[in-house]
Amino acid sequence: MASKHLLEIRNLVTTFRSDNREFNAIEGVSMHVDRGEIVGIVGESGSGKSVTMLSSLQLIASPGRVAGGEVYLEGVKDNLLSYGSDSEEMRQIRGGRISMIFQEPMTSLNPVLTVGYQIQENILLHKKVTPEEAKRRTIEAMKMVNIPDAETRYDYYPQQFSGGMRQRIMIAMAMAPGPDILIADEATTALDVTTQAQLLEMIRDIAKKTNTAVIMVTHNLGLVARYAERIYVMYGGHIMETSDCVEVFHNTKHPYTRALLRAIPRLDDPKDRVLIPIDGLPPVPSQRPPYCPFYERCEYRCDACKANTDYSLKQVGENHWSSCILTQQQLDEGAEALLHKNYGESPVRPQLDDYCLKVSNVRKYFPVYKGLLRKKVGEVKAIEDIAFDLKQGETLGVVGESGCGKTTLARCIMRMYEPDEGTIIFGGRDIAHLKDKELKPVRPKISMIFQDPFSSLDPRQSAESIVGESLLIHKLVNGRTEYENRVDELLRKVGMDPAMKDRVAHEFSGGQRQRIGIARALSSNPDLIICDEPISALDVSIQAQIINLLEKIQAETGISYIFIAHDLAVVKHISDRILVMYLGRVMEIAECDELYEHPLHPYTQALLSAIPVADPLVEAQREAVPIQGEVPSILKRPSGCPFHNRCPRATERCSQEVPALHTVKGSHQVACHLV
Amino acid sequence: MARYIAQRLGQTLLVLLIVSFLTYMLVDFLPGDPIAAMTGGEISGETYERLYKEMNMDKPVLVRYALWLKGALTGDLGTSQSYHRRVVDIISERVPVTIYFSLLAFVISVPLGILFGIISAVRRGSAADTAVTLTANVCCCLPQFWLGILFMYVFAMKLGWLPSSGFVWPHEDLLLSIRQTIMPLLCLAIGGIASITRQTRSSMLEVIRQDYIRTARSKGLRSKAVIYVHALKNALLPVITLMGLRLGGLIGGSVFVENVFVIPGMGSLLVNAITSVDIPLIQGCVLLIAVFSCVVNLITDIVYVYVDPRIKVA
Amino acid sequence: MSQTRTDSAAAQAAIRANKAKKRKQFIRALFSRKIVLVSAVIVVLIILVALFANQLMPFDPNKPSVRDRNQGPSAVHLLGTDEFGRDVLSRIIIGSRVSLIVGVLAVVIACIIGTSLGMIAGYFGGIVDDVISRIAEAVRVIPQVVLAIALCAVFGGGIVNMSIILGISNMTVYIRMMRSQVMSIKERDYIMAGRLQGNSNARLMLRHILPNSISPIIVTMTQQIGGTILSEAGLSFLGLGISTPTASWGTLVSGGRSYLLTNPVYSLAPGVCIALLVICLNSLGDGVRDALDPRLRGEL
Repeated sequence: MASKHLLEIRNLVTTFRSDNREFNAIEGVSMHVDRGEIVGIVGESGSGKSVTMLSSLQLIASPGRVAGGEVYLEGVKDNLLSYGSDSEEMRQIRGGRISMIFQEPMTSLNPVLTVGYQIQENILLHKKVTPEEAKRRTIEAMKMVNIPDAETRYDYYPQQFSGGMRQRIMIAMAMAPGPDILIADEATTALDVTTQAQLLEMIRDIAKKTNTAVIMVTHNLGLVARYAERIYVMYGGHIMETSDCVEVFHNTKHPYTRALLRAIPRLDDPKDRVLIPIDGLPPVPSQRPPYCPFYERCEYRCDACKANTDYSLKQVGENHWSSCILTQQQLDEGAEALLHKNYGESPVRPQLDDYCLKVSNVRKYFPVYKGLLRKKVGEVKAIEDIAFDLKQGETLGVVGESGCGKTTLARCIMRMYEPDEGTIIFGGRDIAHLKDKELKPVRPKISMIFQDPFSSLDPRQSAESIVGESLLIHKLVNGRTEYENRVDELLRKVGMDPAMKDRVAHEFSGGQRQRIGIARALSSNPDLIICDEPISALDVSIQAQIINLLEKIQAETGISYIFIAHDLAVVKHISDRILVMYLGRVMEIAECDELYEHPLHPYTQALLSAIPVADPLVEAQREAVPIQGEVPSILKRPSGCPFHNRCPRATERCSQEVPALHTVKGSHQVACHLV
Repeated sequence: MARYIAQRLGQTLLVLLIVSFLTYMLVDFLPGDPIAAMTGGEISGETYERLYKEMNMDKPVLVRYALWLKGALTGDLGTSQSYHRRVVDIISERVPVTIYFSLLAFVISVPLGILFGIISAVRRGSAADTAVTLTANVCCCLPQFWLGILFMYVFAMKLGWLPSSGFVWPHEDLLLSIRQTIMPLLCLAIGGIASITRQTRSSMLEVIRQDYIRTARSKGLRSKAVIYVHALKNALLPVITLMGLRLGGLIGGSVFVENVFVIPGMGSLLVNAITSVDIPLIQGCVLLIAVFSCVVNLITDIVYVYVDPRIKVA
Repeated sequence: MSQTRTDSAAAQAAIRANKAKKRKQFIRALFSRKIVLVSAVIVVLIILVALFANQLMPFDPNKPSVRDRNQGPSAVHLLGTDEFGRDVLSRIIIGSRVSLIVGVLAVVIACIIGTSLGMIAGYFGGIVDDVISRIAEAVRVIPQVVLAIALCAVFGGGIVNMSIILGISNMTVYIRMMRSQVMSIKERDYIMAGRLQGNSNARLMLRHILPNSISPIIVTMTQQIGGTILSEAGLSFLGLGISTPTASWGTLVSGGRSYLLTNPVYSLAPGVCIALLVICLNSLGDGVRDALDPRLRGEL
């Protein structure tokens, strides 16, 4: 039976095989897409959002298998799944009528074929045109996605392009045969925020112009709030809730969606907003219960939920469906109860007037060597003229896109690197140029929390030895008992059960590993912890747990944080002040609210505008600040103000003279000639 | 790109220098008195002194190395102590024989190996795959010398179809030459086919897992096009490395076959040199084999530049 | 307090159960293919033969007997006798020891030298790395057989020397592997964390880097034993390795080839043993690799 929609998926089931056992990655997913609309599918990792898309195109690879369901496409009589995966019919639809863009631009293009060939191939497959015509259309497509010198670049290989450019090529390739539907599977997740905004704007414009439907698969609620018209929320292989974008965000029905919205920090949050984390972990696909997959973590749960195994979508409003079996009344009562539930205040942090850290004039260049004799041929100017200070108990957020030097800065303060120039006053002395030996007493006082919880813990060590290592090395404990007690205390402090301390790192989940990383950072009683993107590798439902933990620890111990991240919303939530970096230089430093309400530097304005807020009504009112081009490679830093060639307001002076960081009002500093 | 090649050339020269040094020093450690070995020990003290001086035995080892290297560069590798002829002359007689067999084996094994590898990767899990993989795994492990003896026993002694050993050039006696070539060639090629098959298969399977293959499939390409256009070119790159290694190794690797079938090539020469502790000859052989394999490596790298755009544009 | 103790006892038990489960999973994955199981059984059998050679041999393998020279297979001498009248079967049985000992010992030597050099090169980088890498490259360009033959001239034959020779000629694989392993692990955050906590270089290398880089090395070791046995047999065949009167499968093949017409079994049977052992060891090695690498097992 055909469908009235452009694409309709009914009861799709996909199974995976592991250890000789089959389990359902998605169980009975139904959704539809109409011509020209932008549909968002949001969900955490493992929710089955990508599997749904790949399954409907029969692209699921072994050990996965589409086990049931129907997929209908307008103009095709049969269920698409009734065609073989490699059948003529299926192949014409794939790429021809439904195109797909994937997450990893660096690996999704074939490295040994030119990009022109790869785009042209898609046209020749689906359109009956001559090769000359196909080439013409290829170049047209490349121009459509704003690739400069498309004629020349036609013969380039993928590795001659940056990540953002490659993703443009993927879009050109997907759009070239004029498909009815474009599936963007986390297509911009790996890119910088300003590039992400550019690409998504572009996809939206192209789609609207050509009346192509877009399915946006993402974990980022902000992105769907900004771009999607209709939303599917997925969790544990099921659709939890679906409706129009505004409906989902403002008349939220499903407890999972409600919990998510309470857990994520937003750019427009008031300073004292408390994030309410979702307890526990998403279920492992192979151990999913027969009842609602969110039951264990749900704050509305009741016994009826556990007894119910039919959690297909039920209509709860006009164009609004939810899988939750609770009645509107039960939900309202639950929400009312939650309102009065005390999640604790936003922790009050004692702030002292003493300085913890004063950085001035720090510069670090890396020499570039080439050839057999290692001749020095140049320098990478990683960071220049960095100056800021940090009070005790204060949190300074550092934001910037790739190549902005935030990691180099962190490593200079950690004294992993010796800065070429400048002073770093910590604990009353300049540590910028201390020798390794002299650094020994300083080391325990500065700790670090890393981004990737999987590479930051030694996979062969137990939690105990990871947490206890510096206790032993710096002789911070006397005797076995004190050591054991201290390790237990540290683990309890980060919310871990000390009984688990004998497990090795890979037996913990991502969030637990990050907690261990925090315990390790705390073990030497530091005065300063540098948090390098500590939550960006975690699922949204886990992020809030870690943010809250960091805030609680600061309130208890009065530690200072330098919080490095690319996600301004998170940085804004946790920091007192924010430092914005671009290509190795400080652009702007200001108090959080001041920076959000009165950003002065054009880069800060563009950056803020690029970050979506998880609220479609707020999004509709925000003004877009356009930004040209991409972040240039750090090897090609422009002269003068590093931002001048992307700045809409740049003048002659900007390209010649580096603007100095100057104070505008109070503690608000900015490096721009125009302010 | 020219820079890259120049750089690789420089590296190769450096490696060759180290190889020559290692070779020289290694053989210098050889137990026994080279002069005694050369003359059979029945000489007067005076002659001994003269030879001692002539062979520069009175000089420090580094000086001797420098002199030897200087000679080697000008085409003089000294005089063999067991053959009493110039090492260069002996080697130049032997090298063509070995290269003849090596190249033939190489030319046979590369296309067959790649073919079998693709078949078995594309039909992963099928009966054909199992058969190919199993045969390749077994053939990789057969000792070449034993295989030679088995062939000799079956084809020469029992069936009497082929001569059991010896070597003549095709232009001397075409028929005999072909008959004599078959068995050694089979021995050399079987292992080569097997290992290229294995490499091609695993390399194909690796490539098929890559993201860009998923992209290609999402375009609606048929499986054959995905495999032959998108996967094969990527998959063959590591195979080129293996081919280079095999080609570089063939000149020394034919030692067993030469030994079994009494073929006057480099391998049998080296074994003779070792058993008779013929120092200049050992040094000459090892150096030459190393130079050969270095040059092949260099060529492989240059080929890479042309076939792998990842290097071309870097 | 006692509550905590029970808790941690329970946790301990859970961890132990988990480890046992992992081990079971590994073993199940290892033997999921029948061929690996068969190979393992054959390898174990050959090891048992080598261990109990003295009990299994029908005759003294080294005792010549003029009367029994060059006999074909018979009820008394199942595989016939050699040119000195020694029982071929007994010599094959005792020869298994040489193959196994040299195979394992050489790989261990190669691994120890290669891993240490590779670790030093990868960890310190710079000049140290340049020197080690260039020398390794120089050793690598000499084909392995040729290198081993040349080394035979220096070291001479015998089981220990043979192991050293094959160890040296195999070590570059480990140098290269360990070097690249260390270079990638060195960049991981936990090494930086370790350094920030004040670990010394030696402690970082031995306690953090080595345990994390060892598993591919172990896989390579299991895969190389077969090849090493093959090399030993080859050198012995050429008369450069294990010399008479010690029986090695390579020398047996070589010794028998002059008597192919009278007793083909003398030369061919030990070759079958070599091939069988090497095939089984290799497929066992492949099995270990597949079991350790979940991607190839076809899991998520």
